[in-house]
Amino acid sequence: MVMRRALVSLASGGLFGSGLAVSGMMDPKRVRGFLDIFGDWDPTLAFVMGGATAVMALGWLIQGRMPAPAFADEFQLPGTRLIDLRLVTGSAMFGIGWGLAGLCPGPGLAALVIEPMSAGIFVASMVAGMAVHRAAKL
Amino acid sequence: MPFEGLIGGLLIGLAAALLLLGSGRIAGISGIAARALSLSQSGISASSAWMFMGGLLLGAIAVHFLISPIESSFPPSNALLIFGGLLVGFGTRLGSGCTSGHGVCGMSRFSRRSFVATLTFIASGITTVALANEAGWAW
Repeated sequence: MVMRRALVSLASGGLFGSGLAVSGMMDPKRVRGFLDIFGDWDPTLAFVMGGATAVMALGWLIQGRMPAPAFADEFQLPGTRLIDLRLVTGSAMFGIGWGLAGLCPGPGLAALVIEPMSAGIFVASMVAGMAVHRAAKL
Repeated sequence: MPFEGLIGGLLIGLAAALLLLGSGRIAGISGIAARALSLSQSGISASSAWMFMGGLLLGAIAVHFLISPIESSFPPSNALLIFGGLLVGFGTRLGSGCTSGHGVCGMSRFSRRSFVATLTFIASGITTVALANEAGWAW
């Protein structure tokens, strides 16, 4: 089971990375272009989100009919209802960083293979931000 | 390029569905990255987190060399990468997710929490880009 979960993780990561690469979302300028709705708007990210959420919605339908995941004892899923100040403040801060750099965590990490210097600076800063959050015990 | 975006999106959706149905976990990259580095105690195991990250890089490399070279233009200044990275790292941990966890996995589950998070970070990103353009920091 542990080995199979490791392979599932590897395959899932591989699909995710190839999807990011194919979609054009590893180009920070295009992601910034999606957020630039008052300028030269680039709608691509909306198509990426549309495609991904459509497939994942099917995934949730199948999940509802499965007593347990294929290679684990149970589904371990976060709650869906709690809306608090942390959620909103954290998401707002994430959005500012996303708009400044044109990168969110997935594309930032994947871009290490094409732009190691710039992506490395972004990823190191992102990890530092996560470590600050951890140290602050928020 | 909407067509490539849609195809890439379908692959991302498959990736998330595979992790859910295979391992019973949410494919949220900020959480997986934090887990790999022991900056989080919840979610998939640290070894699975490293496997996922390895796969992420391999998937991108495979497309780059086997299908077509990935085009990218990065921000012109390291300050944008540094401040952006710090805010992305801190914000995604405080808000418990990013574009993948809240955007793809949460919204497709009709999670109220994820709708609020996603609308918040998109609105905040749009505002940031608009203000940056006003300040002459367009790129």
